[in-house]
Amino acid sequence: MIVLEKRPQPSQAWSYATPVVAVLATMVFGGLLFAAMGKDPVEAIRTIFWEPLFGEFAFYYRPQLLVKGAPLVLIAIGLSLGFRAGIWNIGAEGQYIVGAICGAGVGLAFYPHEAWFIFPLMVIAGAFGGWIWAMIPAVLKVRFGTNEILVSLMLVYVAEQLLASMSLGLLKNPEGFGFPGSRNLQSYDSAHNAELITGTGMHWGVVAAFVAVIFSYVLLKRHMLGFHIRLTGEAPRAARFAGVNPARLILFCLGTSGALAGLAGLFEVSGPSGVVSIDFNVGYGFTAIIVAFLGRLHPVGILLAGGLMALTYIGGEIAQSQLGLPAAAIQVFQGMLLFFLLALDLLTNYRIRAARKEVA
Amino acid sequence: MKFTSLLATAAMALGLATAAAAEDKTKVGFIYVGPVGDGGWTYEHDKGRQAVEAEFGDKVETVYVESVPEGPDAERVMTQMALEGADLIFTTSFGYMDATINVAKKFPDVKFEHATGYKTAPNVSVYSARFYEGRAVQGHIAGKMTKSNIIGYIGSYPIPEVIRGINSAFIHAKKANPDVQFKIVWAYTWFDPAKEADAAKVLIEQGADVILQHTDSTAPQAAAQKAGNVITFGQASDMSEYAPLPRVSSIIDNWAPYYIARTKAVMDGTWETVNTWHGIKEGMVEIGEISDAVPAEVKAEALALKDAIASGEYHPFTGPLNKQDGTPWLAEGEVADDGTLAGMNFYVEGIEGEIPQ
Amino acid sequence: MDLSQINPVLLVASLMVAATPLLLAAIGELVVEKAGVLNLGVEGMMIVGAITGFAISVETGSPWLGFLASAIGGALLSLLFVLLTQVALANQVASGLALTLFGLGLSALLGQGYVGIKPPGMAELDIPVLSDLPVVGPILFGHDPILYLGIALTAAVWAVLKYTRVGLILRAVGENHDAAHALGYKVVRIRILAILFGGACAGLGGAYISLIRVPQWTEGMTAGVGWIALALVVFASWKPWRVLLGAYLFGGVTVVQLNLQAAGVAIPVEYLAMSPYIITILMLVILSADKSRAPASLGRIFHASH
Repeated sequence: MIVLEKRPQPSQAWSYATPVVAVLATMVFGGLLFAAMGKDPVEAIRTIFWEPLFGEFAFYYRPQLLVKGAPLVLIAIGLSLGFRAGIWNIGAEGQYIVGAICGAGVGLAFYPHEAWFIFPLMVIAGAFGGWIWAMIPAVLKVRFGTNEILVSLMLVYVAEQLLASMSLGLLKNPEGFGFPGSRNLQSYDSAHNAELITGTGMHWGVVAAFVAVIFSYVLLKRHMLGFHIRLTGEAPRAARFAGVNPARLILFCLGTSGALAGLAGLFEVSGPSGVVSIDFNVGYGFTAIIVAFLGRLHPVGILLAGGLMALTYIGGEIAQSQLGLPAAAIQVFQGMLLFFLLALDLLTNYRIRAARKEVA
Repeated sequence: MKFTSLLATAAMALGLATAAAAEDKTKVGFIYVGPVGDGGWTYEHDKGRQAVEAEFGDKVETVYVESVPEGPDAERVMTQMALEGADLIFTTSFGYMDATINVAKKFPDVKFEHATGYKTAPNVSVYSARFYEGRAVQGHIAGKMTKSNIIGYIGSYPIPEVIRGINSAFIHAKKANPDVQFKIVWAYTWFDPAKEADAAKVLIEQGADVILQHTDSTAPQAAAQKAGNVITFGQASDMSEYAPLPRVSSIIDNWAPYYIARTKAVMDGTWETVNTWHGIKEGMVEIGEISDAVPAEVKAEALALKDAIASGEYHPFTGPLNKQDGTPWLAEGEVADDGTLAGMNFYVEGIEGEIPQ
Repeated sequence: MDLSQINPVLLVASLMVAATPLLLAAIGELVVEKAGVLNLGVEGMMIVGAITGFAISVETGSPWLGFLASAIGGALLSLLFVLLTQVALANQVASGLALTLFGLGLSALLGQGYVGIKPPGMAELDIPVLSDLPVVGPILFGHDPILYLGIALTAAVWAVLKYTRVGLILRAVGENHDAAHALGYKVVRIRILAILFGGACAGLGGAYISLIRVPQWTEGMTAGVGWIALALVVFASWKPWRVLLGAYLFGGVTVVQLNLQAAGVAIPVEYLAMSPYIITILMLVILSADKSRAPASLGRIFHASH
């Protein structure tokens, strides 16, 4: 009989080893899947993992990894603070949408006036939009004790409807021949979140993601608030004795994660995407939850996990066009990767032992 | 320069003949907004891609990426295809418009074809189909066939493309049957079969015995079949599995001739920027077989209408026509210009209700 | 505008059909959550059920076998969730999301050969006399058998939770797994069974869409119903009969909205579409004063370390 024994302390060695083992396991099982579909498994795996990084056109894909990974990391960093304290914001998708709507709305309000202060104002509006959307579950939890998982999830759908309404109504491009969607912010200089150095993929959102990683690292390591967050997550009773104010912590964690998700939305809508449209959101808010867990809720881990997810997206697209793999196979492959990473995490916190069956 | 030519020589010396052979092939890329298994919009585009492969065989290589979200992801996939040596790229959704223009700027030697958009460039063409011509034929059959004089119409989003179709169908239904009335329901989705089924049911319950749809799933067909005594028309694809009843005819998007022609143009070096808006005449819009459930004389009239449109003898938007509010739009014998049609945002006189804003 | 065009009897009847996939998925998730497990993978299990049910009924020609297969398909997928959360003790939120991602991909792979095919139909119940009654006939006696199964399942879940020992144990596990464990109940085993039940129900709900409500197979055809089912469980505050009521309300919003449009009433569709979610949030706030709140152990990992 095999039993699990909780380690007194999470195993350092396993916490580094499990992601590697998980990726390897995914390669094996994913390879089997691709082989079953009649594709060369080695070639497929190589295309997904190698091509974007070191292939012939890596000069283009590497910056794209930043573009695709930045919103994931930015959102996941915010979420991880709450997750550590046992505060579950799973509505980042909604906060991302509202941030984008608010930020773009401010920018479009100034159109076609050009001024240096427009973009900073949009950034503030984006962060504010995400923050306010996250404050709804936060305040309801503090005031009424409602479950923040459910409230934040509900608000995603409300935000999606709001987005549809905005793209068809208030923010619709007056010169767009009646098609839904706003003006393209990329062609409005004062509101455009352009690449800082051409060809690097570096835009303000990428900078913000890196800053968020550092900020969160310092907060968790060095700051009293970071200590409170960790303590609340690990030992809620002890935290109460240590004088942690749970209400303040909830407001802080949800507010921060909302603001960061809002920022991610703003940087996306003003940069790579350009327009507020019905299908503007592509699931970054949900994928970021997975990224946060893959990164073990650790800032550096999240950075790496965001990169890995971006890699499978971009590599997956290359595999589709080069090898003719269907998009669904890539989705299954990503699902496998997540399963292995989540399942193997067990080894970090538990020890597996063969035990003799005892008489209970 | 020297270094690259050295590399090239080395590659040749190594006998990498396959690379050289690949050079001769024309590579054509397709970017789809939905999965190829959606049975509607993307499905038909992919059939066009397969037709290109069948037509040119070894001389062509086609690649596609499906379910690409509009926005930065689309831009990346297009760039990727261009980098990998695509000569011609079809971007098959309206929302890819800005991304197509952006990428086209970076790859002046690659030709781009954007479906349903309006922005062109030296290496970007746009193409679209005059579905409204098919709607005219549908409208005529619908007007003749309805007994309750109520025709239900399922719209996706209130955009010019859909509004044009409603107007065209209405004008010709009204001509065939002056008492006809349109009930229009907006589903606010491009794709949600369950919602389309609900919309069809609602229209049927409110007395409609003809359902026209501007959404791509067969859900309304099934709802009509269940209700009985209701006729429908296939949309985007033939939907012949519901013939002869409830599906009495269909409008089919046939992209194959266009895709083949454009690929040929790239091969011959004759490709030029065009703004294509093809209809029944060129075969981009096809009328699916009119089933036996339609009386022979109605069928003959419908086919005559189709032929008149195909020959250019008749335009579905020919005056006298007024706008919904009664203001004159087209004078007697006047024909609508493409610009007005492209941005159409009004109903013609006689349609009840407002276009949601 | 002419509201008299809306036939209330037909409205109610079609609303019941629209609500059934939601009801099936939500009643399964209710049992899962009552056992203290939050499975956010409902959408993934539904779509897998939709394709397995569709494929089997096309292959065998029997919708009944199709529905059976859909329940098995949904349960098999939920088995992955079991492995992750009950065996490997992974986080439930992340595992559920991963399950949805995986399920959407898997269903698309399985369904590649089934696009554009018409499935065998399922006959509607046609009881002489009863089905022909005015008003009551179409509402109560004119549906397909699965719709009744949904209602029966609701009644069964209600009765089991309320009156039986099994229900008591299930609730105990969901409220306080440590105490339940101390009393000698097999917490993990009970949760596994609950998750499998939830998977089977979600699968049935998915197949109801692909076999009866639409009926056809297209990728991603559940179009978010699984997420609405999650909202519905909360809306119903974990009470079976309220799930039924809520399913009719949630399903009804769409049908009523379309009816109003067809009757020529200009309504802001987006705002109407967000109303169920806002109502759910309000319900949560109202319920916070009530005793019928979420199961206390919801979403927490259980490990019998003592």
